[in-house]
Amino acid sequence: MASALRRMAQEIAAQCGAVEALVLLGILSRGRPLAERLAQELEAMTGQRPKVGSLATTLYRDDLRSGVRAAKLGGATHFDFDVDGATVIIVDDVIAAGRTARAAMDEVMDYGRPKRIQLACLVDRGLRELPIQPDYCGQRMAAGPRGRVAVMMKETDGEDMVLLTEAPGAGGEDGDG
Amino acid sequence: MADAGAAAWVRKDLVGIEGLSRREIELILDTAPQFVEVSERESGIKKVPLLQGRLVVNWFFEPSTRTRTSFELAAKRLSADTLTMTVAASSAVKGESLHDTLANIEAMHSDLVVIRHGHAGAARMLAERHDSHIINAGDGYHEHPTQALLDAYTMRDWARQRRGDPAASLDGLRVAIVGDILHSRVARSNVWCLGKLGADVTVCGPRTLLPPAIERMGCRVTSSLPEALNGADIVYVLRMQFERQRGSLLPSVREYVNLYRVDEESLRHAPSHAAVMHPGPVNRDLEVAANVADGPRNLILEQVSNGVAVRMAIMHLLVNSPGPRAGESPAT
Amino acid sequence: MSLVITGGHFIEPASGVSAPRDILVEDGKVAAIGEGLRGSERLDASGCVVCPGLVDIHVHFREPGFEAKETVATGSQAAARGGFTSVVTMPNTNPAIDHAGMVEFVARQAREGAPIRVWPSACATRERAGRDLTEMSELKRAGAVAVTDDGSDIESSWVLRKVLEYAAMCGLPYLAHCEDASLMEGGAINEGYTSTRLGLPGLPKAMEEIRIDRNIRLGVLAGAHVHIQHVSSAEGVAICRRAKAAGLNVTCETAPHYWSLTDEAVETAGSNAKMNPPLREAADMEAVKEGLRDGTIDCIATDHAPHTVTEKDVEVQLAPFGILGLETCLALTITNLVEPGVISLERAVDLLTLQPARVLGLPVGRLEEGGPADITVFDAGAEWMVDPSAFASKSRNTPFAGQTLRGLTRATVCGGQVVYRAE
Repeated sequence: MASALRRMAQEIAAQCGAVEALVLLGILSRGRPLAERLAQELEAMTGQRPKVGSLATTLYRDDLRSGVRAAKLGGATHFDFDVDGATVIIVDDVIAAGRTARAAMDEVMDYGRPKRIQLACLVDRGLRELPIQPDYCGQRMAAGPRGRVAVMMKETDGEDMVLLTEAPGAGGEDGDG
Repeated sequence: MADAGAAAWVRKDLVGIEGLSRREIELILDTAPQFVEVSERESGIKKVPLLQGRLVVNWFFEPSTRTRTSFELAAKRLSADTLTMTVAASSAVKGESLHDTLANIEAMHSDLVVIRHGHAGAARMLAERHDSHIINAGDGYHEHPTQALLDAYTMRDWARQRRGDPAASLDGLRVAIVGDILHSRVARSNVWCLGKLGADVTVCGPRTLLPPAIERMGCRVTSSLPEALNGADIVYVLRMQFERQRGSLLPSVREYVNLYRVDEESLRHAPSHAAVMHPGPVNRDLEVAANVADGPRNLILEQVSNGVAVRMAIMHLLVNSPGPRAGESPAT
Repeated sequence: MSLVITGGHFIEPASGVSAPRDILVEDGKVAAIGEGLRGSERLDASGCVVCPGLVDIHVHFREPGFEAKETVATGSQAAARGGFTSVVTMPNTNPAIDHAGMVEFVARQAREGAPIRVWPSACATRERAGRDLTEMSELKRAGAVAVTDDGSDIESSWVLRKVLEYAAMCGLPYLAHCEDASLMEGGAINEGYTSTRLGLPGLPKAMEEIRIDRNIRLGVLAGAHVHIQHVSSAEGVAICRRAKAAGLNVTCETAPHYWSLTDEAVETAGSNAKMNPPLREAADMEAVKEGLRDGTIDCIATDHAPHTVTEKDVEVQLAPFGILGLETCLALTITNLVEPGVISLERAVDLLTLQPARVLGLPVGRLEEGGPADITVFDAGAEWMVDPSAFASKSRNTPFAGQTLRGLTRATVCGGQVVYRAE
């Protein structure tokens, strides 16, 4: 995981230039520590630290509105800086359908008008349902519709690990990421 | 994975606190913070699309600027379309029953109906028969559940900040509710809600304004303000509807103020940390002294801000949870 | 032509008989009571109780003025279906039954449309206004069996005293609706924990008790027979018990809902559990049962009070007071009094036949050779579910809808005619 993150940070630094003008918004819950790690890498690399915040996306999900699943609790969106004119990188652990990224974009747009929005994901497991691709990707995993990809992190789970398991149901529980 | 293990909401309506479980109340309170965040956005859009394209009807048979605007704002911040119908009781169409009128509203494809009505049981009566989600915004002297929920949220927030414990509950919190308990749906809903959350509630008012057997709802009862305030963490002052108090209920406003006004002097009986709450609008210097209502220990404006977020949470839970339709879920 | 009712268990309170007997009916009269009787037509009453036709001295048939709720004809059909062959109608119609012509109108409606005996009562004051006495002597000649302003009490004690003196002179009992309306204050249900919980204005028991007490005392002062209607509270029963122990000329009734339900029923049945006096609490329900058991309460009367669905389908506070009674009374008596052992089946029949007739001096409620053949045949063990849509009444306002009860009328015979027969 560490090497994948380092490579992603290098790509970000190469593409975005001024790191202090960067905003990394991690999607709760695993995206937030990932954003922190990326920020550390970037700081170690350039001596400049980007701003970091969190996005809940819960309030923007398209599957809540139609009553598809029960409304659930999550953490709240939190960042105390302006995103107007900034380059915002949305950070998530796994991308699959692309719906969470869509919700995250809508949410960021409600907070202001960034200069541009990019997407960084540790794992791209395919199965996209929307025309959205990550700008920075740690690794690709062809898990198939029954496969379940779980990212575990020291900050939230005690250790760093990417797990691929065969789930009995269709799609992963996190497979709409 | 972020939201694994979270509880789900199953009711079609919110007509009262009495039938809710502690778990359900906590689900509402725990859903609210994300909506506080939405309202507090400094730049950008104070709105989320959770009720986009839904029709929320605010149907008010009693004048109530505050509650009505709070619901309206909550609906708008959820991106719903809103329709407000204020019906003076005297101008209600003769012979048209509540059921008829709601059937007409539903013919316009309403999703959620917020009703404030002068008669107890009106919201429940409608909820049992119609498909719309119903929120009781106050029915007679019966219940005012959203007020109690925003009050509980405000008290919990206060307790968490005071104790520096972001997970603090209301267990053991001592609350004194002061005023006209007899005619107060706010008092009834609060007694239920706070009791279920583990708080220790005392209701206080003159004997003429205490309903019979209210202690069976799980609270202490007293007509002595000093006794009620002794040890109270929260002093909850009800609005006195002086226009309603005919001569036989209270001898005079003066006598009420002498015995029951919450002011610097009477608050000497309460601990120094005690906070003061009021559902609004405040009759300044009558039930509560102006300097207390504006003072450092008041939470009155927090109640108003939290009201919008808590109502957003309730609307979201009712509309966006896969739940039963009319007649399928026990009314609360 | 003759009718013989065979194989039933005969309960006749006046003679104290409770045994298997056949009854032979000829020309509208009881021709014989015995065993092995024969007639041209036979009504098999095997497994059933055969008793005098039931008597209800408190019904509202709403005619004239409120024919959408009930008429003399439909109310009487409901009565027949409930096993009743005699009812006393209340005069709070529009216009009220306050002069002889109105009494005759009710009698005519009954003659033309009622399968059972309708005994009208008349107002005690003109237009039930509580001010001026009615022409009681003429009312009695027209057929009124009692005077009452039922639906409200007479506020002025002075007026009531005069009413009682005059009624006593005319030999008419006074039916007292006991209610101190100044305590009402918009009340809808019993005042207590339930009213507090539901946020509904309450009707304190004292409202009723104060006036039971006053009305009895004025009856003593005037030397009149005061009959206390619909006693609902424990203290109300106790006041009547003390009056009777003192030998006062007082009788009283209660209705099936007061021993079957408490005020909590309002939560589920809503306005269909709203009546006046209101449903009380558990202790009151027990006191009412004790009053029936020890004889304090003279008889059962239903206070059958029909209202249309439209009138009742509103907020509890706005709904009119009153519920149906005739088609559930017998079953509620058996299910909630006889089966739990509060009273015997014989006593139940007594409370529904001989005793109400005795209270108002009606020549019914007994079965004897040569007397009128008013007979009820019921199956005390038959279970049925209360389905208001099957009622003969025009109205549907019962809190018992959906309840399974025991005790079902099989046949009702009035004046020798079979006026109701269960399918």
